[in-house]
Amino acid sequence: MAKDALELQGTGGGADQAFRWGVRAAAAMVLVVLAMVALSMTSRSGDVLGVMGLDFFGSRRWSEADELYGALPFLWGTLYTAVIAIVLAVPVSLGVALFVTQVAPPWLKKPMIYVLDLLAVVPSVVFGLWGVMVLSGELREVYLVMHRAVDWIPVLGDILGPSPQGRSFMTAGVILAIMITPIITSLSREVIETTPPGDKEAALALGATRWEMIRASVLPHSKGGLVAAVMLGLGRAMGETIAAALVIGSALGQTGINAFASGNSMPAVIANEWGEANDLHKSALVALAMTLFLLTIVINLSASAIVRRSMVRGRGAST
Amino acid sequence: MTPLVRNSLLIGAVALTTMASCKKKEEAGKTDPAGSAAPTTAEASPSAATLNGSGSTFMKAFQEVAIEGFTKANTGVKINYGGGGSGKGRQDLSDQVVDFAGSDSPFKDADLAKNKGGDLLYFPVVLGAVTVSYNVEGVSKLQLAPETIAKIFQRDIKKWDDAAIAADNPGVKLPATEIVVARRADGSGTTDIFTKFLNGAAPSVWKLKSGSTVEWPADTQAGQGNSGVAQVVKSTPGAIGYVDLSDAKATALSYAWIKNASGAYVEPTTASASAAGDGIEVKDNLVFSAVNAKGDAAYPISGQSWVIVYTKQTDKAKGEALKAYLRYMLTDGQGLLAELDFAPLPKSLQDKALAQLDKLQLP
Repeated sequence: MAKDALELQGTGGGADQAFRWGVRAAAAMVLVVLAMVALSMTSRSGDVLGVMGLDFFGSRRWSEADELYGALPFLWGTLYTAVIAIVLAVPVSLGVALFVTQVAPPWLKKPMIYVLDLLAVVPSVVFGLWGVMVLSGELREVYLVMHRAVDWIPVLGDILGPSPQGRSFMTAGVILAIMITPIITSLSREVIETTPPGDKEAALALGATRWEMIRASVLPHSKGGLVAAVMLGLGRAMGETIAAALVIGSALGQTGINAFASGNSMPAVIANEWGEANDLHKSALVALAMTLFLLTIVINLSASAIVRRSMVRGRGAST
Repeated sequence: MTPLVRNSLLIGAVALTTMASCKKKEEAGKTDPAGSAAPTTAEASPSAATLNGSGSTFMKAFQEVAIEGFTKANTGVKINYGGGGSGKGRQDLSDQVVDFAGSDSPFKDADLAKNKGGDLLYFPVVLGAVTVSYNVEGVSKLQLAPETIAKIFQRDIKKWDDAAIAADNPGVKLPATEIVVARRADGSGTTDIFTKFLNGAAPSVWKLKSGSTVEWPADTQAGQGNSGVAQVVKSTPGAIGYVDLSDAKATALSYAWIKNASGAYVEPTTASASAAGDGIEVKDNLVFSAVNAKGDAAYPISGQSWVIVYTKQTDKAKGEALKAYLRYMLTDGQGLLAELDFAPLPKSLQDKALAQLDKLQLP
């Protein structure tokens, strides 16, 4: 037996080596792919950046006939719809996460989690089709009512602005919110569940109500993780292509704050125009992709930085 | 629970539409003339080969039916056609990723040098009409001059009872409804044909130039694909949009008679689009534009689609299959077009294209 074990150890040494190199190769692969994507996108967007310069990010005109490509309205549309989505999705997601972890009776908890996870795997094109077939028609009337109600309020009257469109920044924001809610909820739920029971029991023992307990021990403990969950949701919302392309309205040159106006976003433009694009037009679309790539990298890096910081702090608190 | 119910309803709806469009294609396939089974080709029946093509979505429905008809008679040959747009088709052919490209417009001269396989042959295979479809209650026949269309799509005219529209339609009572303009959200050959028509026929009025995408005013409604624009027109009172003939018919839209280069108002039909192919100047390499064709019967917003191949074929089996397939599309295949609401080539063009088949060089 001892000999067997020894022999096993011997072969284990070789396997160990193979494993080490295998995982190294896998890790290197990710970096190589990322580098290759970055490299080819930079080189292919060179044409349009050479012609447009920094105007690519500052100009509002996007014209195939005049070979002028300014991405500002699409950059604006991407950020604006993502922000609308976050504003709508975060309160709901946190509410659901707190309900599932702190309030719901045990028999309801499992099915709720199941349904939420199911919602997270619905393909985005399904939401997009539903948005364009059902939602965009119904919401227009709702927008009209909302605009009339807030027209007299200075800034809100401009955001919920005049002549609402069925397919608009807001409709795209609503669809994106529906798509990212399950993601934010599921991440928040996991973060919240790591709250040490001791912290919660201590608060309850001091006579705190359930809400006071959540405020005093759950939220401070999970703050970092919750922010990271929201950032990941934001990244997803910005990169969403098909659903946005279907419901955003594809209007050019829109940089206003009227959320009820039609607009356009970077991924939607790429998906819509790639098939028939030539030369410089293609280069401009690649440059849009690169901009989106950089934007999501920034979002994801800051999300992971926040998570790292909160983990350090979390460990500090519980010991 | 509600999301589940909602989603399953939606999936059902999507499945239904897919089935409906399949059915249409099947019916078109059934009308396959009996003659296609008999070999009409002078060449020997091609041996086993697989042909790949990509490009124009405009002729995709025709490709599907033609492939079905051709491979039924030539069982050894397998043909795949992926859409993706004319631009993608030309790029794929240029990179020699495919054996033939479907394209609604020719290569730019500047790009020819990039083609890896040398000289090209253009075979026109289909013509088609782009309608100006509208949704105005009580107006059963609408006539439009190019200048009026240009003003409408630029949003210079915003009401249906505008003097310019009334001038084109003497005696017709037009309502004071707001005009809603529907256009494509995606880059499209249909947009290219439509804007080329306006650029050519109303140069003093039309400011948006031409291309697969143009700078539409922000207060226009975008639709995804021809069917998307058709849907906007169908569901919005006062709407007007450009939609290809087959989608306009499938959606049961009303469409306008358009004033052509000879000053006659012409209804978009497969016959008037074919007539456009007769009244045009064709270059030696069979490159032409069917937009704004001369002739009383020619519909002015007509487009064309070519199958583009390399002159010099490098693979014998593939080259033979390609030649047989091209011949099929130019002869028996033409009989399948009307069912799909595409226009067949006029005899003059068909003869030129068939004669050009001899230029295809096999190894």
